[in-house]
Amino acid sequence: MNSETAAATKARTKMTVRDLNFYYGKFHALKSINLDIAEKQVTAFIGPSGCGKSTLLRTFNRMFELYPDQRAQGAIEMDGDNLLTTKEDVALLRAKIGMVFQKPTPFPMSIYDNIAFGVKLFERLSRSEMDDRVEWALRKAALWNEAKDKLGQNGTSLSGGQQQRLCIARGIAVKPEVILFDEPCSALDPISTAKIEELIEELKADYTVAIVTHNMQQAARVSDYTAYMYLGELIEFGETDQIFIKPKRKETEDYITGRFG
Amino acid sequence: MPIGDHSSRVYDQELENMRSRVLQMGGLVESQIKVALDAFDAGDVAAAEQAIAADRRVNELELELDKLVNHVIARRQPTAGDLRMIMGVAKTITDIERSGDEASKIARAVIWLRDKDSSGRFNRIPDIRSSGEAALTMFRHALDAFARMDASAAAATIREDQAVDDRFRAILRQLVTYMMEDPRSITPSIDTVWIAKAIERIGDHAKNIAEHVIFIAQGEDVRHSSPEEVERTVARN
Repeated sequence: MNSETAAATKARTKMTVRDLNFYYGKFHALKSINLDIAEKQVTAFIGPSGCGKSTLLRTFNRMFELYPDQRAQGAIEMDGDNLLTTKEDVALLRAKIGMVFQKPTPFPMSIYDNIAFGVKLFERLSRSEMDDRVEWALRKAALWNEAKDKLGQNGTSLSGGQQQRLCIARGIAVKPEVILFDEPCSALDPISTAKIEELIEELKADYTVAIVTHNMQQAARVSDYTAYMYLGELIEFGETDQIFIKPKRKETEDYITGRFG
Repeated sequence: MPIGDHSSRVYDQELENMRSRVLQMGGLVESQIKVALDAFDAGDVAAAEQAIAADRRVNELELELDKLVNHVIARRQPTAGDLRMIMGVAKTITDIERSGDEASKIARAVIWLRDKDSSGRFNRIPDIRSSGEAALTMFRHALDAFARMDASAAAATIREDQAVDDRFRAILRQLVTYMMEDPRSITPSIDTVWIAKAIERIGDHAKNIAEHVIFIAQGEDVRHSSPEEVERTVARN
């Protein structure tokens, strides 16, 4: 099977990255990145520390703009709009492209308010509508059964894995189109990790997912497409089966088979 | 495709150990086939018994290698070339072990034949000899290709199978003639058919091994393709 044609025909493209360069001050962190993110599929980014995978993820919702001296050149197109130059409000953009971080970051407020907080920024819902939205998001994030009897409790009282699912629920509650995961399981035990991975599989039905992970087996388990990055360059991008069974580039093979040189 | 250079040296050793065990097992079966074929030529029952006895060690090695394959999969989650190597080894050892079984079948038929054909006429059917040599050479070539992970050598080995198959059909025609001429030759003829069939199967197993080598070396699954298609695929990669 020719994996390139399969990749090109199987899924619609949600985001297109074209000639993307990124700088931390003078440091050239991403070098002419080109790739397509498929809609309602999981795309994983792997590579050693410092390869630029998290940097790339953070350009997708312009998270880097929070810091001075960081700039991106090129284009990240979503539905015909260049996200880097769009006039759209950045808060709206981040509602459309949600992000889940390495360490769970619940707000110091109730579980209910953790979810309602973001929704209130964008929508005016009645109390009962908001109740429905909170329940819907918690169900989607596979946390409803554990949290339904303690919605008033502080979000920080949950376990690490539950907190991470709360953050996912919070991201989903504003009905995004894309969800970015930056090392979502690196602080979690194997059971919580398995739950998050299961959740990612379910989220794929409605959302486009991009995930950065240090855990290659996790990339192999959850993703449809895998991108291998090294020193700011995209070395190889293809269907996950192809990357893990028959990578085209020796650099990819060396990395995924554990030949770190 | 290198085995070594993993950051984990233990992993390197496990894969190297796996590779050398496969070659050891292949070498044992190669000599088992040779002993069985020589026993047929000479009508030598003692040699035939030796070929049958050799099967024990081959079976042991198969079990050891299976264990090693499970161990590496469970511990290392192999990927890419390592994954193909391990899948290829798991299949290759089955084909080597079956080739050993075929050698035992030849040896057993040699013993039956001795009781039924005192003239030794069947041991002198020239096509059996040349067919046995062709299959043995093919088996050796397949192991060489495995040792060097050489896809081109493997493709050439696959091509050799046609000649082994052709010889098998020639032997069958010859034996059918014997049986029609003289019904008393039916029993020894059928024993000889088993031998010819076992030789032909060894050729098939050697072909399978060569296909596994191409998969390991290039990631191309060439099973169920013609020798020409295999050669084209190998040349492309």
